[in-house]
Amino acid sequence: MAMNSLLPKNLSKIVFRILWLPMGGFLFVLLNSTGGMKALDAAVIAYPVCLFGQFTLIAAKYSCKSSPIERTNAARLLGTHVLASQIMGVLWYSLARTLVYMISFGPQLQGLDQRFSGKGVLVYIAGVAFYWLSVLYYYVVYARENAMKAEARVMETTMLARDAELKALKAQLNPHFLFNSLNSISALTSIDPARARDMCVLLGDFLRTTLRVGEHPVIPFSEELGLLERFLSIEKVRFGPRLRTEEAIEEDARKCLLPPLLLQPLIENAVARGIANLPEGGTVRIEARCTNGRMFITIENSFDPDAPPRRGNGMGLRNVRERLEARYGKEASLRVTSDGDKFEATVTLPAEMGVVR
Amino acid sequence: MSAAAEKKLRALIVDDEELARFVVRELVEAHNEIEVVAECVNGFEAVKAVAEHKPDLLFLDVQMPKLTGFDVLELIGTDTPVIFVTAYDEFAMKAFEVHAVDYLLKPVGKERFEAALERAKERIASKTPVPAEVIAAARPPGEFAERIVVKDGTRVTLIPCSKLDYAESQDDYVALASEGKKHLKQQTIASLEASLDPKLFVRIHRSYLVNLERVARIEPYGKDSRMAILATGARLPVSKTGYARLKALLDERG
Repeated sequence: MAMNSLLPKNLSKIVFRILWLPMGGFLFVLLNSTGGMKALDAAVIAYPVCLFGQFTLIAAKYSCKSSPIERTNAARLLGTHVLASQIMGVLWYSLARTLVYMISFGPQLQGLDQRFSGKGVLVYIAGVAFYWLSVLYYYVVYARENAMKAEARVMETTMLARDAELKALKAQLNPHFLFNSLNSISALTSIDPARARDMCVLLGDFLRTTLRVGEHPVIPFSEELGLLERFLSIEKVRFGPRLRTEEAIEEDARKCLLPPLLLQPLIENAVARGIANLPEGGTVRIEARCTNGRMFITIENSFDPDAPPRRGNGMGLRNVRERLEARYGKEASLRVTSDGDKFEATVTLPAEMGVVR
Repeated sequence: MSAAAEKKLRALIVDDEELARFVVRELVEAHNEIEVVAECVNGFEAVKAVAEHKPDLLFLDVQMPKLTGFDVLELIGTDTPVIFVTAYDEFAMKAFEVHAVDYLLKPVGKERFEAALERAKERIASKTPVPAEVIAAARPPGEFAERIVVKDGTRVTLIPCSKLDYAESQDDYVALASEGKKHLKQQTIASLEASLDPKLFVRIHRSYLVNLERVARIEPYGKDSRMAILATGARLPVSKTGYARLKALLDERG
């Protein structure tokens, strides 16, 4: 079982190997200072008992693990450890008793068993004390481990959120949109140079705004709408009369805040998977309103129900969902429905207003 | 100069975007030896125009409503050299599998366009037709057709694979049964089978490929052979090996 130690790995190995020495020293002083025992007597009991006894303390690791300090009630916690410490004390006492029984016939140790009687309680106390020290140690280690895990979780969540943001930005600069726009400009340069210039300005504006708003966590819907409108103007140059647009925006909704470029994948889908598949084209409609502290944004488009699904379908939708989840958790949602030749994507999120940082 | 050499090359431009067609037209117009005979805004028009004008060269967009550039190519056959013009580079592999002359990326530049034109002229001069099978089979592994395109004269029908009941081999053609109608297509049953999802379509007989979802039951018929009765009432012979295939597929589905 992997367990973090409070010490660096190499050091902790050494410390754990010699830990029985200071423990033995403590027990030695305890036995020696209470009188009635020779120093040799105390030493031959104290050190071996601690050398073997230290392994029994590993039990503290399991009793700590089975009753985590933050999730066990106090009475139960105390009960568990008091009981365990008693057992540990008895165990240490038995260890000492057995040892004494085995070595009291040695030349220097004649009568050790008599001298030890009455001292057994000291070994018992040492066992209990060492157990409690072990419990303390393991709880500190676990607390530290939990803190580190929590930190890692927070890191992971922020990384995921950040990842979703980056993906949004990337999805946003759809290269095909750029290539097709450039092709349109290249056509306009000889048909209508003034329109070619307008288109360059539109595209420049769109790209600049896209890059700029990406730096903010949220922007007012009015700004997002401006981007959608610019995008549609550029696509109108490409698709001509095939692309028609409608808007129904409530005044209140304009001030609501939302993550930047959230709707970009939806408007791109509406054009690329909706209008582009219709020989006669169709309409893209944007609706937004605020009611009861909730904001509703709907992007609706005509589409060909018989068109085969294109590769990468759903990527944009997943991206929107991930971003909503990252910022609002369960408070926001994206719902897509299709009815006949109409496709509809509705984003619902808490209506936040305020100043953009 | 001989009369043949003076004869102009006749080109067709197919793209659903007006501005995109304009770019190609302008690049073509710099060449006196080529004339644009028609511009088409979708695949249906393209199929019609090819039959009508018999062009020497086709400039073809890939992503268009209803029929893609590849659908058009499958329908018009293989005699006309094609230059694809698209903003998507991911179709390049497939384009060369169907023996396209070249694959131009939007925005299209003059130099690249000229090079494509040179290659087209070489192709026209050498006259190497591409077998139709090559085009029908050009599909990335693991991806199957979602629909079948059929041309009847200049009429084009799209049959979603889910609506295909069965296909019957008739010499060089397959008869496709869908929604109570039969459509003839110039394709072998083997190449049709290869283009369809093998988990949905099973070859129950040398001459029959059936949509598994349509099979209502199997009845014994004579010694060693069986009949598949479809939900539509059609009765199709099932060979011994065909039955084994059918059984294996049904077992796999559980």
